[in-house]
Amino acid sequence: MSEYAHPEVLVSTDWVAQHGGDSGVRVVEVDVNTSSYDEGHVPGAVGWAWDNQLCDTVRRDIVPREAFEELMAESGIGNDTTVVLYGDNNNWFAAWAFWQMKIYGHSDVRLMNGGRAKWLAEGRELSMDAARPGAASYVAAAPDNSLRAFLPEVSSAVESGSVELVDVRSPAEFSGEILSPPGLPETCQRGGHIPGASNIPWGKACADDGTFKSAAELRQLYSAAGITGTKPVIAYCRIGERSSHSWFVLHYLLGLEGVTNYDGSWTEWGNLVGAPVERGA
Amino acid sequence: MKAERYLVRQFELAGWPVRVTTYRIGPTWHAKADNVSPGALIATASADTLEQAEETVIDKARTRLAATRRIP
Repeated sequence: MSEYAHPEVLVSTDWVAQHGGDSGVRVVEVDVNTSSYDEGHVPGAVGWAWDNQLCDTVRRDIVPREAFEELMAESGIGNDTTVVLYGDNNNWFAAWAFWQMKIYGHSDVRLMNGGRAKWLAEGRELSMDAARPGAASYVAAAPDNSLRAFLPEVSSAVESGSVELVDVRSPAEFSGEILSPPGLPETCQRGGHIPGASNIPWGKACADDGTFKSAAELRQLYSAAGITGTKPVIAYCRIGERSSHSWFVLHYLLGLEGVTNYDGSWTEWGNLVGAPVERGA
Repeated sequence: MKAERYLVRQFELAGWPVRVTTYRIGPTWHAKADNVSPGALIATASADTLEQAEETVIDKARTRLAATRRIP
């Protein structure tokens, strides 16, 4: 991992097995399938539900600052706690949680490389008991929106061409052949992609065991599409979780600056009246 | 407790690639199906036997994948 720009944000399953219970460390599972935690989880891990604890359940937004502070405190996380996030789907929503923790200024947050699947596949110890950490005190920073792209910035990027747009969805979503991932409900009116975007599916950043590819492989992947860090980058997908995974890769593993996650993503752009859309590969 | 007999298989259902992951934790078998590209979870099942869990998750996945439209 030392070849990455910020290797300190990634830990192995071995590291978690050895240090997950250390004082000052809190392991947190964040899954797409919020019932997976109850099947069995890393001993001592807290479980967060992305769909009601990591978003505003009324307006479409990330978790509000006060609710974030409450979630951290009840999870036994203080401002100095080392937080290790992991989850299913190669850490999709663990990366989403990571992104929000950085927005609120948490200094030491890491991903467990390979996520839940690797932990299970390795036959590591699982607990059925929900963790009950003692409450902590937490004060979040004001949200750092430099990590986040909003619609006006995306519109401006399309017009100016001064920003690289990276669409991390599947090729069939990018081309407009399908309106959502196969088997999931359609959540937009039109198919296609934001004009000028490059299609670099999130999964290309991962090896077969779910861990991240080497820095050299990742650099090759993105540079082949012209993503070299010479321009700011906006990553997007359908609802923002896959793109938080790619945002993590681009900024923390490759060290690119000026990378933002457009969490409005295709469910915003693809439903806008009058927005330009490109179709095809 | 540990996950045992962890197995990942990939095949086609309703014209779409699907990946089914199965494992046992304690007395319960779990099965998950994802759509390979992009890898989104589309169905889950838990049962007392591997066969039951697999059959249920494949049935659910087939139904959901079959409902996916390809836009001309």
